[in-house]
Amino acid sequence: MSMTATAGHAHADPHHIGVVIEHTGPAPKRIVTAYGFWIFLLSDIVMFSCFFAAYAVLAGQTAGGPKGSEIFDQKNVAIETVCLLLSSFTCGMASIAADVRNRFWFYLGMAVTCALGLIFLTIEFREFADLVARGYGPSRSAFLTAFFSLVGCHGLHVSAGVLWLLTMMAQVFAKGFRADIQRRMMCFALFWHALDIIWVAVFSVVYLLGSAP
Amino acid sequence: MLGKLDWSAIPFDQPIPLVAGAVVLVAILGVLAWVVIKGHLPYLWREWITSVDHKRIGVMYVLLASVMLLRGGSDAIMMRIQQAVAYQSQGYLPPEHYNQIFSAHGTIMIFFVAMPFVIGLMNLIVPLQLGVRDVAFPTLNSVGFWLTATGALLVNISLVVGEFARTGWLAFPPLSELSYSPGVGVDYYAWSLQISGVGTLVAGINLVTTVLKLRTKGMNYLRMPMFCWTTLASNLLIVAAFPILTATLAMLLLDRYLGFHFFTNEAGGNVMMFMNLIWAWGHPEVYILVLPAFGIFSEVVSTFSGKALFGYRSMVLATMAICVISFMVWLHHFFTMGAGPDVNAIFGIASMIIAVPTGVKIYNWLFTMYGGRIRFATPMLWAVGFMVTFIVGGLTGVLLAVPPADFMLHNSMFLVAHFHNVIIGGVLFGAFAGFEYWFPKAFGFRLDERWGKAAFWFTFLGFFITFMPLYVAGMLGMTRRMQHYDVAVWRPWMLVAAVGMAVLTIGVICQIMQLVVSIRDREALRDRTGDPWDGRSLEWATSSPPPVFNFAFNPDVRGEDAYWEMKAHAKQQLLEHEEPEYQDIEMPRNSPTGFVCAFFATIMGFALIWHIWWMVILGGLGAFATFVLFAWRDHDEYVIPADRVARIDRVNLEERRRLVSMAGAI
Ligand code: HEM
Ligand SMILES: [Cu+2]
Repeated sequence: MSMTATAGHAHADPHHIGVVIEHTGPAPKRIVTAYGFWIFLLSDIVMFSCFFAAYAVLAGQTAGGPKGSEIFDQKNVAIETVCLLLSSFTCGMASIAADVRNRFWFYLGMAVTCALGLIFLTIEFREFADLVARGYGPSRSAFLTAFFSLVGCHGLHVSAGVLWLLTMMAQVFAKGFRADIQRRMMCFALFWHALDIIWVAVFSVVYLLGSAP
Repeated sequence: MLGKLDWSAIPFDQPIPLVAGAVVLVAILGVLAWVVIKGHLPYLWREWITSVDHKRIGVMYVLLASVMLLRGGSDAIMMRIQQAVAYQSQGYLPPEHYNQIFSAHGTIMIFFVAMPFVIGLMNLIVPLQLGVRDVAFPTLNSVGFWLTATGALLVNISLVVGEFARTGWLAFPPLSELSYSPGVGVDYYAWSLQISGVGTLVAGINLVTTVLKLRTKGMNYLRMPMFCWTTLASNLLIVAAFPILTATLAMLLLDRYLGFHFFTNEAGGNVMMFMNLIWAWGHPEVYILVLPAFGIFSEVVSTFSGKALFGYRSMVLATMAICVISFMVWLHHFFTMGAGPDVNAIFGIASMIIAVPTGVKIYNWLFTMYGGRIRFATPMLWAVGFMVTFIVGGLTGVLLAVPPADFMLHNSMFLVAHFHNVIIGGVLFGAFAGFEYWFPKAFGFRLDERWGKAAFWFTFLGFFITFMPLYVAGMLGMTRRMQHYDVAVWRPWMLVAAVGMAVLTIGVICQIMQLVVSIRDREALRDRTGDPWDGRSLEWATSSPPPVFNFAFNPDVRGEDAYWEMKAHAKQQLLEHEEPEYQDIEMPRNSPTGFVCAFFATIMGFALIWHIWWMVILGGLGAFATFVLFAWRDHDEYVIPADRVARIDRVNLEERRRLVSMAGAI
């Protein structure tokens, strides 16, 4: 405001303790966007925590149905994990390519990420379909309910991620590396890496701990 | 083709909802017809529906809350009449209808009155107080509002098409499971909360980012107005707690739709898990609501006492302490469910600890008033009334937090009295105080004081007449949610409570009158200075109503009570102003994204409730397409040229100079 312009002398903060770092005004857009998206991710992780908590509570409630160790196939899970971890790497490559505006590496990185994501989803879907076919669907027991929900929730996120990924590629194709598209790309990368971290938790809590007889 | 939907969904045999629905429908159609015929539609679309201006969105939130307050209020009147007449008789409401009414009442009041009211006020004021042009994500802000409106709409549709939940406002299983509630009531409940919950989360993320990342130059954390602090705390709670609600409702829906076993009695489901999850959200929720109200009172009390807020730092600390502790006490909502004495003791003590920072706040307000030059304008009346009411509510809360006492009083009318005490006396009084206080800022004219004071006194007295008897009835053993009863000693208290409800209603009518009268006399009540109350924070530094861009220049803050300091210095320097150099301002463009998203969300929600699967897919595709289309936009900002900024700002500066020179002369 112009009024403060007249208040020439800087005056001390009355509650002054030590050094006061003057706030310099609104942050640039890139920071604001990333910050907001981080907060969204945190809230998403809170939601996942609820499903984790439910799984922890219900894991023993098999109601006469199978236990985890009877239905988990370690080999599948290992492939899934490798796919997802690798895809995080390729997604990182795509981000770097976007930063230096290299279309070729961007498309390649994104395409590989997409392929790995789809492989992951296919394996997961086959696992689910197989369980349902054997009569071990989510309504069989509370344990299976919690298992399908937790893993399925992650799977839904991955599916949404794939949709988003394709939209990102289309956007770069149509509009190039504009500032707003770069910001979206950054959010997408954050999202994809977060899914990876959540998968590590799923992998440890559900498959590793659950495989113990 | 239409899933579970057929003609039997319309309750032709029940006159009350049909008539009520018809009246509402006629009213809506009437308003719509008026809007279209008068040619206001383009204006509404351009200036309001597609607006991404935080002030407009804030106003729309408050409007939504006010309309829903009338809806929830008529439910309350019906319940009080029922309990007044249902002594040794069935009363006039059949049980299944009565159950829907109390469920809808609680749901509406918490989610569609209290929440939008406080979020609306935060939206409206916080960017102004921070000295910035808008919130962090303006379009998302509009999406958030319209999704909240979708939730409200779905609840109201349930009045006529189908039914609402009969399970209470938290839909406890197993009652809310398919086997005990086979109708669509619980689905209406769950989907409307899911959809509006997304809206709330979006609003939370937006406001947290705004407060943390967009403050104007020099606005250090310890210079932020108290309302910004409580906004930050409340929205941090939203971001942390609402995902819990989303997950919990998702689990309930999975149980109902796909035969899952999260909370069922069979196959190993665990009902207590629902209690834990829902209250892990529910207790923070009450602080999500009441913290912004605390912020409003802080602003109001210091403005109308003409003093800086006493103990600002302790206030900040108390706010953040409440923010943290509120997550650690949820279990006091089910002391009686067999967790054992140790767990109960720990949670009992933790609950009482919250009373400490709350007490700190009350003392700070009292000390702010002490020795101040107090003006009892309407907002100040609400603030003082709040202090009295909230102390009673807090004390009864502490009483309930004593496990042995809670064993006696749990689920009794005493509890009902407690939470109305804190929610009406805390949240609603705060909302009204904020409404009266910031109305001139939003619309450029003050509200009529006479009707405002009448509204306060009727509401205040009506509140006590209505709810104090409920404490007594609770002590006499009356449990909550009774459709009828045979105990003679409860009767008189129910009659008194019904009379209180009538007094409360007069309060509401006064408030409506206040609005009508003020709009009629708006020229006389016009606020030209932008600072009608001699305010202390930056929202008063701009004109009323503020221009789209809020401030022609980003204000430069030099201390607490930023605007107060500016005024003081301007006085000292006798106002030599040279004309500042204006610059172009970039603002976000309007966007129909929010409205269109909500349109598809409504379709999808309705289709999900009635199991109309093709329509669900249609709605989902529509929502996705909207997002992609929005992402495809090329220019989402427009520029306001410097000379227009100058023209708008000069008027404001001129008035302001006059204001300061007048104050300087005194
Ligand atoms: C000093 C602070 C408070 C304490 C110690 C406290 C304690 C309690 C306790 C122990 C209960 C559970 C009683 C039962 O179910 O038997 C309860 C219920 C409730 N409280 Fe508070 N409370 C406090 C403040 C608040 C505030 C500030 C609000 C709202 C803004 C609030 C809203 C509610 C509501 C809505 C319920 C009822 C929930 C239901 O339907 O069961 N409380 N409170
Ligand atoms: Cu509580």
